[in-house]
Amino acid sequence: MTPDLADRVTAAKAGDRSAFDDLVRATHADAYTLAFRLVGNEEDSRDVVQEAYLRAYKSLGKFREDAAFSTWLYRIVANCSSTALSKRSRHRHDVLDEEAIIEDTRVENDPVAHNEALAERDRLTAALEDLPDALRSVVVLRDVYDLPHEAIAAELGISEANAKVRLHRARRKLRETLYPLRGEDQAHAV
Amino acid sequence: MPFDSAVSTPTCDEIVSLLSDYADGIETAPDNVRKHVDSCIRCQAELVQYRRLLRGLHNLRTEVLEPAPGHLTAVLAHLEAAGERSAVRSMLSGRRVAYVGGIALATAAAGAAGAVVLAGRARRRALAS
Repeated sequence: MTPDLADRVTAAKAGDRSAFDDLVRATHADAYTLAFRLVGNEEDSRDVVQEAYLRAYKSLGKFREDAAFSTWLYRIVANCSSTALSKRSRHRHDVLDEEAIIEDTRVENDPVAHNEALAERDRLTAALEDLPDALRSVVVLRDVYDLPHEAIAAELGISEANAKVRLHRARRKLRETLYPLRGEDQAHAV
Repeated sequence: MPFDSAVSTPTCDEIVSLLSDYADGIETAPDNVRKHVDSCIRCQAELVQYRRLLRGLHNLRTEVLEPAPGHLTAVLAHLEAAGERSAVRSMLSGRRVAYVGGIALATAAAGAAGAVVLAGRARRRALAS
């Protein structure tokens, strides 16, 4: 945890509301990004982030500070996203948000390499969005946010073995979609 | 029979099903799996693609999406409202405790006074008889 955030966490745990607001300001965009990657649309992401911060605020006393505040928050975001996804699957009339545009905040000097990297990332983002919710959640939390299997299983309410199986399937599906080996592309075309 | 990666001599098809698990560290794979991958061009090619995929996923971590303007303000306002609700609740529960405590004290005092009056009457009756 960065020293500034550690300081803010200590103050917030002591009841300083403005310190918690500082934590929200420092982590808000990251939390939103994770929520967006997990639930796949802006409206649900906003609700997930709001709910996650409320839960974090209420349970801040339980945060043991043996991990970074952001990691602890990611777990809460993952849990809230999982709840949102299960609600959504019960009322399944949603469509994938094809208008969602991932904004690039980095500036590269080499325009060709930059465009190639953008194209590759767009393909990856699209392939992630096409994954079933259950697979996407696990691969995003493990391979993008580096959460351990144990934490992923706990927050998604599944067993660790199930989390590993889902990760395996998600990676395989992404690899087949993005980088098909000889024979696989024809198989997909059939 | 399921493939036992620790003891069997794996075939290419069996290895392929394991590659996604070893993409972030083939060195953690059992010896026979590593030996196979070292000598198999097809498995090496697939492993390279898995590593490329993982690199792309890791890189997504550096990308931060900007939520719509006003969202941060909405989150902070939501927290503030929740904090106020909680403060009101704790104030009301404090008042409730004081109210119930007051009733209990008044009841106890009335009971004690009644006991004193009854004891006085009993003493007077005893003296009169």
